[in-house]
Amino acid sequence: MSLKLGVPSKGRLMDKTFAWFEKRGITLSRSGSDREYAGKVEGINGVSLILLSAGEIPRELAAGRIHMGVTGTDLVHEKLPRWEQQIEEVSELGFGKADLIIAAPACWVDVETLDDLDAAAAAFRKAHGHRLRIATKYHRLVREFLTDAGVADYALVDSQGATEGTVMNETAEAIADITSTGETLRANHLKILSDGLILQSQATLWRSRVASYDTGEKEVLSELLDRLS
Amino acid sequence: MPNRSQIQARAAMMRIRFEAAGAQVVDTPLLQPAETLLDLYGEDIRARAYVTSDALRGEQMLRPDFTLPVVQMHMTDGAEPARYTYSGEVFRRQEHDPDRSNEYIQVGYEVFDREDPAGADAEVFSLFALQLRGLPLRAATGDIGILTAAVQGLRTTERRKVALMRHLWRPRRFRVLLDRFAGRKPEPDHRTKLLEAADPMAFEVPMIGKRRAAEIEARIEALREDRETQPISDNELAGLESLLAVRETMPFALEQLRDVAVDLPQITPALDRLEARIAALQARGVDVNRLDFEAAYGRTSMEYYDGFVFGFYAEGRPDLPPIATGGRYDALTRQLGNGAEIPAVGGVLRPDLMLEIEEAAQ
Repeated sequence: MSLKLGVPSKGRLMDKTFAWFEKRGITLSRSGSDREYAGKVEGINGVSLILLSAGEIPRELAAGRIHMGVTGTDLVHEKLPRWEQQIEEVSELGFGKADLIIAAPACWVDVETLDDLDAAAAAFRKAHGHRLRIATKYHRLVREFLTDAGVADYALVDSQGATEGTVMNETAEAIADITSTGETLRANHLKILSDGLILQSQATLWRSRVASYDTGEKEVLSELLDRLS
Repeated sequence: MPNRSQIQARAAMMRIRFEAAGAQVVDTPLLQPAETLLDLYGEDIRARAYVTSDALRGEQMLRPDFTLPVVQMHMTDGAEPARYTYSGEVFRRQEHDPDRSNEYIQVGYEVFDREDPAGADAEVFSLFALQLRGLPLRAATGDIGILTAAVQGLRTTERRKVALMRHLWRPRRFRVLLDRFAGRKPEPDHRTKLLEAADPMAFEVPMIGKRRAAEIEARIEALREDRETQPISDNELAGLESLLAVRETMPFALEQLRDVAVDLPQITPALDRLEARIAALQARGVDVNRLDFEAAYGRTSMEYYDGFVFGFYAEGRPDLPPIATGGRYDALTRQLGNGAEIPAVGGVLRPDLMLEIEEAAQ
């Protein structure tokens, strides 16, 4: 059997992951056409490349269906509440850096902190008859963060994309999303709360603690870890 | 470990005992509309309950507890006074602790009675103690009503009291607010800048979103007013602090709280109720001299209770959740009653844990 390495199947994340491995003498590539999700590994024996959506890699690692995988810290923390038990960090890859933050309309001059957000939420609920809506796809992380900060009277609404637009469209009053430069936030007239940083994320190589490793796979694993360190 | 049929047999037996005490057996649907639960508990409930949905009825939750549907049922068509008992599964997500059950049986007893609240408190507690007799348990009691009375009687603005009441259940947040209202924390810089600006609403960015300019202005106005408000006095603050620190057997706790009432006279009626409850418990044969009372008990985990609260815990088994919990929830009936309200007290027991403790003891 071979050691299964899961890598995001498209975009910058895939390209940069390929480049990161290349620097360490391991060539990853897509076999065949650009549309085919099969991969090839050169420069080390016994490793097979599995191309997957970055969002599915945490689950596959936790289920032990892949031995190693590259995905963002944000997705791991969001999808695996007990991630320390299921997987371990091998190496941060130094790209794909982004912050998960809470942002509110820039015109809310009275709201700078979570404390203000909580007060605004109480008044908002009274005025509008529903809780202040925060659009996000990171439900668990945001909920745990806000619970810990003692923010009440909010509701999370699901937004899988174009989250920054939800406030202008009045489907949410605030958002919690990933940002790297803050450009999209500014363009949509949003500002980050001063204590609204939930998580700093970057692309990371993880190893599954629950996958089974036969003797051959163990040898490949230790060779791979040697070469990557 | 006890098996399901043993647990069900025990639950049935306990329910019969509650029937013998005068309760009517009720049952509630397993699927509960999510909206009511979300309104009551807030977004946190999603971390604890299983949510499902269909296109017609929208979001539903697998019953996370009985109290809410039983109260709703009573408020719609219950006769007064009423005593109910039930047993059945409840479902809780346990994503952080694989050793805790995500599905278990609760047996409950709820009393809706306008006469003699102290008597009803004592009735529920002593029936629970009877169901649990012989098990190595420690009982804890408290009274959220005392803290509520203390906050509502503070010599400060209504707005500050509402803010404190809203976070009564979040001790850390409550503390931050209290320190701020007592003038113990300096005003943050961004706040000073905002409130001292000639026209804080003179900004370049466009107004977006459903929260309108008038709402922003109203909050700034409220903050400005609050700035002019006298801090909560050291006396009152010290009173609240000593109140929350009371942790004694019942009669001594009452004595200490009577001392606190010198600084916080507003808690006296709540203390009279505590005194009546102690007498009622004693009349039912509860050894109040050995029963613990903590003024801060129930503040973090028992959100809809607003008076007497109690729990039974397994001695030497901190890994186990409480074996039984309960309390008074008058405000919940008001919230769900569309204008109607009735004093109510009740609680639930876990037959699975009782059997587990019995097995371990053998």
